[in-house]
Amino acid sequence: MRIFSLYILNKAGGLVFQKDVNPGIAKLTANDYLVLAGTLHSVHAIATNLKPAECRSLNETAQTVNGQILSSGKASTPNVNNLGLQHVDTDYFSLYVFQTLTGIKFVLVTSPVAKQDHSHESPLSTKGELRKQYELVEEYFKQLYVLYCDYVMKDPFYSTDMPIKSTLFEAKIKSVCEA
Amino acid sequence: MGYNIGMRLIEEFLAKTGAQRCESFRETADMISKVGFKMFLNTVPQIENFSSDGTSFSLILTENPLAEFVELPLTQYPKIHKELWYSQLYCGVLRGALQMVQLDTDVYFVRDSIRGDDKTEIRLKLNKVLKDEIPAGED
Repeated sequence: MRIFSLYILNKAGGLVFQKDVNPGIAKLTANDYLVLAGTLHSVHAIATNLKPAECRSLNETAQTVNGQILSSGKASTPNVNNLGLQHVDTDYFSLYVFQTLTGIKFVLVTSPVAKQDHSHESPLSTKGELRKQYELVEEYFKQLYVLYCDYVMKDPFYSTDMPIKSTLFEAKIKSVCEA
Repeated sequence: MGYNIGMRLIEEFLAKTGAQRCESFRETADMISKVGFKMFLNTVPQIENFSSDGTSFSLILTENPLAEFVELPLTQYPKIHKELWYSQLYCGVLRGALQMVQLDTDVYFVRDSIRGDDKTEIRLKLNKVLKDEIPAGED
């Protein structure tokens, strides 16, 4: 899997950061990036309403997660995107959405999940591949979020919800995503 | 004071612990003292005096890293001993951090051992959970 680009969206769906970390994806205009971010934000929000009529809350898991953190001190994933749009897969790219408790969204565009041409194979195997890549991306998101708080939130010259213009942050992002 | 620190610090707290939204203010209290304070200050304050409606509690700091080597000067100005809360920063940080996870709180010092009180006590009072501001996507 190759990471093409990273987008960071603020609480309101505004694009605060966009970077193509690896070559391989066509550039858009600055305006297109903003539109894409805004659209993703809205689709994500609407998608949260698409659920079965009797949707059993998964909140019990949230409780056990906090319980585990309290009892074992072991960190868990900071992703809270449970109901919204999680990923989009096409033939040319995959797109993943990660959301924090404060409402910031990280979006990664990556190379697509390796396609299996054998039509006789069960669809389950592709599902396994999707899952695998999703978990891999989750790891990246965790690292990127840590970088975000270390190099953006701790930057005294950064004002919240504004575009990120830190070269140090860009360099760190690149070193995580390159490979 | 400290409000902006809290607004930023919460990101680190979430990134490094992966905490999820708390079910009750009691759980929030536990997370603040046992995870938050532990992580940033390496001390675990006690939670005391939970109000019966569960919306306010006190954090008792047995040790206070901010004031470890601090003594308030003895002056003729009574203001220093009556109005100065040396570690006021904590209040702002807590309020700012909780604000970012949609908890509107009041945080204030009740007692401070640096002033000669028997304990250091910070009171947290939950005004409201800002439900409208919770970002979509969570359960």
